[in-house]
Amino acid sequence: MTDAIALELQDLQKSFGRTAIIRGVSLQIRAGECHALIGPNGAGKSTLFNLISGRLAPDSGRILLGGTDITGRAPFEIYRRGLSRSFQITNIFHNLTVFENLRCAVLWTLGYRYAFLRRLERLADARAQAEELIERIGLAQRRDAIASTLTYAEQRALELGITIAGGSPVILLDEPTAGMSRSETERTIELLRRLTAGRTLLMVEHDMEVVFGLAERISVLVYGQVIATGAPEQIRADTRVREAYLGTAETEAH
Amino acid sequence: MSGAPPAGPLRGLAPWAGGVALLVAVPAIFGHGFALLLYAECAIMVVLALSYNLLLGASGMLSFGHAVYSGCGAYAAIHVLNWIGRSHAALPVTLVPLVGGLGGLLAGATFGFLSTRRSGTAFAMITLGLGELVGACSLMFPGFFGGEGGISGNRTVGGNVFGVPGWNLGSDIQMDYLIGAWCLACVAGMRALLGTPLGRIANAVRDNPERAEFVGYSARQVRWLMLMASSFFAGIGGGLAALNFEIVTAENVGALRSGEMLLATFIGGAGYFHGPILGAVVFVFFAVALSQITKAWQLYLGLFFVVLVLKAPGGLADVAARFLAQARDGSLRRRAAGLGSMAGCLLLALLGLILLVELTYHRTLESEGEGMRLIGLGLDAARPLPWVAGATMLLGGGLVFRWLRRREAQALPRSYAGPSRAWWR
Amino acid sequence: MNLELALISALNGASYGLLLFMLSAGLTLIFSMMGVLNFAHASFYMLGAYGGYQISRWVGFWPGLLLSPLFIGLIGCGVERYGLRALHARGPVAELLFTFGLSYVIVELVQVIWGRPPVPYRLPAELDGTLFTVYTVDFPKARGFVMLVAALILGSLGAVLRYSRIGMVIQAALSHPRTAETLGHDVPRIHMLVFGGGTALAALAGSIGGALTVTEPNMGITIGAILFVVIVVGGMGSLAGAFIASLAIGEIDAFAKVIDRSPADLLGAVGLHVDPSNPLRAVLDVTVSQAAPVLPFLLLVVVLMVRPRGLMGKREDH
Repeated sequence: MTDAIALELQDLQKSFGRTAIIRGVSLQIRAGECHALIGPNGAGKSTLFNLISGRLAPDSGRILLGGTDITGRAPFEIYRRGLSRSFQITNIFHNLTVFENLRCAVLWTLGYRYAFLRRLERLADARAQAEELIERIGLAQRRDAIASTLTYAEQRALELGITIAGGSPVILLDEPTAGMSRSETERTIELLRRLTAGRTLLMVEHDMEVVFGLAERISVLVYGQVIATGAPEQIRADTRVREAYLGTAETEAH
Repeated sequence: MSGAPPAGPLRGLAPWAGGVALLVAVPAIFGHGFALLLYAECAIMVVLALSYNLLLGASGMLSFGHAVYSGCGAYAAIHVLNWIGRSHAALPVTLVPLVGGLGGLLAGATFGFLSTRRSGTAFAMITLGLGELVGACSLMFPGFFGGEGGISGNRTVGGNVFGVPGWNLGSDIQMDYLIGAWCLACVAGMRALLGTPLGRIANAVRDNPERAEFVGYSARQVRWLMLMASSFFAGIGGGLAALNFEIVTAENVGALRSGEMLLATFIGGAGYFHGPILGAVVFVFFAVALSQITKAWQLYLGLFFVVLVLKAPGGLADVAARFLAQARDGSLRRRAAGLGSMAGCLLLALLGLILLVELTYHRTLESEGEGMRLIGLGLDAARPLPWVAGATMLLGGGLVFRWLRRREAQALPRSYAGPSRAWWR
Repeated sequence: MNLELALISALNGASYGLLLFMLSAGLTLIFSMMGVLNFAHASFYMLGAYGGYQISRWVGFWPGLLLSPLFIGLIGCGVERYGLRALHARGPVAELLFTFGLSYVIVELVQVIWGRPPVPYRLPAELDGTLFTVYTVDFPKARGFVMLVAALILGSLGAVLRYSRIGMVIQAALSHPRTAETLGHDVPRIHMLVFGGGTALAALAGSIGGALTVTEPNMGITIGAILFVVIVVGGMGSLAGAFIASLAIGEIDAFAKVIDRSPADLLGAVGLHVDPSNPLRAVLDVTVSQAAPVLPFLLLVVVLMVRPRGLMGKREDH
């Protein structure tokens, strides 16, 4: 983990109508670190992700990816500059097979763009990368299954695979373990560790075991503002965070 | 449509071999007027419907104005044809459909630039508006569009094809073979396109445009490119029509023609590559053959379409696929008796419907007192009996069908209920 | 273009615009409420005209004006209940295709029942003649009647939306359809009523429009296309946008019809003369009045280039 800043947010503001959702968020994500974003529901975590990934444009403030200003750019432009994201509600190509899903995810990064004079089946590197990804996410058995027929956990794994397929150095994960059982969560944590080694990770999570297990630093978002940033032990001990989110000793055990 | 595992090489070639055989054999066997007309209409419609499905089935774009592209191609072709005739240019007439393709491409690039700014329902509405725009322009610019009478041409103005004397495209058979050759080339071309990176990404944009953006593709750009490809092939189809009928009118760009392509594609099934091929043939049967028998054929076509939307959105190709799957796993045999009686009821209801429609139509034509002939039976539209009979058959057949269907659903477990290949979710 | 011509054109444009708004209001309500763009809306307009014609043949124009919309509205309820409702789960495209097929079937059905030529549906004698005269130009009673009915209907629609309970629910559904669904209202029934209501509105417009102009099987097609231009230009799902767009198109149409100048004339006025052999001459020679049928679609093109989401539309859909 170097001191280079992979992703920086400078005083982001976003309102919907008269309701201010993000009220001045500044954050620096270091290159190669795993950074978790936690906070109560309605704090604005999804909105923040949408701002960073280009789904929404902020009212004011800047977003810098590796030093380049990506504020207000379209999602595909942001992806091409090296930021990829997963979604809380599984967002895959439901009519394509698992293999096709992953192949589509690598095409741009491999430089094929909008090619219409080359046969897809002949592109050995696209095929190889997709096959390798299938192995890594553990869906080799389901290679030719139509994505909509997969189980929930399999779809989440595929979602993850698509997210990391292009080799983006910065990855946003939106509640990767949402709706999973204990064992599924553990497997997903393992998967995440393997798949995202060496990359910068910004993750929204509600499952505290995942957060404290994976994250090197944690930021806490409450009512559209970051109230604390630091190492897991610091956050756990921080009184403001406990009041706002984690709860005091009596309510914590559940 | 969406990347099934590759079958063995011979199995993949079989449909192509069959198609080529058909294209070559039919004009040779039948050789006379009506069959040749059907052949030409079918082959042209196949090209048009497949081009339409590049938008609908492959990219998820519903367009109500596709005839703009085929029509612009047709106009480009006929103007170039006339130019060849005037200036004795070296361009062979056999390549004129390609000019049509370029005309369609140009229209696709310009209009598509505007229409692809939106997607989904808004896109559909815009295509309708653009179609009307071009249709309205056709009366304003008689120089290009030929006004009410359209533009005519003569396809024999070029030199002999491959230099062979007598091969001047004058006869219908020669024209049919030209159409067949272009049809084959277009089908192969569109099939190939769907196997390219652009083709697959178009599928991805269809399924989840947002996700496609998040893997680096501009959904708008993909849609525009696919529209251009689609309009290119549509233009070739239009060029073929221009050569075949030797006249192009405002109808070639009109809303009616656009609707026909939509109908043909959907009836066949947008979720399969061969769906539009099937749909084109069925459609031409309705339009060219059925129209000889009854004037209300468009009503029947419309009702057929609505029933398909409600009950079988995957189209005829999907229905066939399901039946084949059931035949293979043996469940068809179990259903056979039930299916037979259900089919009988449907037939009865259909006859009742036909009776009522034809009676109404006959009454409207105000030929009271004159009997009506239906399948050789003389019927008097003024008497109540035929009406009652028709209504009874329709209602009775329909109700018994529903009852039989309900009974079957209770008795048999769901056999092949796999994902419906309607292209949308 | 003198003052009286301008005034008459403005009034004519307003009456056409109000008629368009009557049509597009129903369509917008249906779209906002149920997310389905009713392709058959213009066909119900046509059905309203034919219904008015048929009923007026039996009992007279005024009962026809009342009964035709009711009847067609009931048919609309049936269409929603037995057709659209089943398709709702399959998404907006299925519904759009269904209404497209429906429009096709309705047009063919009308031809089978009433034939292809126009039918003699006329406004009654009470509406013949002039309402008032502006300088030397007459403003016909018929047009005034159209404006009156449109204003009444739209006024009461606005009142219902604003002051009644069902209106509140509909308003909520206009901006937050999914939330309204979860609030425990009998949403399917409301859907049916809104669809039927929108259809009845279209039929009313048809009963008047058909009598005012001509009642024939193609009457739905052109006005249907203009209707969709209104929706896209005004911003899909916005009543206010539909109102502005309808009036704009109405006025553009009315004024364009009386301008006999072409761009070539304009260029000539500033001294630029275009050679007749120049291919552009064909385009430049077209007078504004000749171009009148095309103008709404040109407006569509301009709006698409400049502001794709329409005047009052919300953000891009996917």
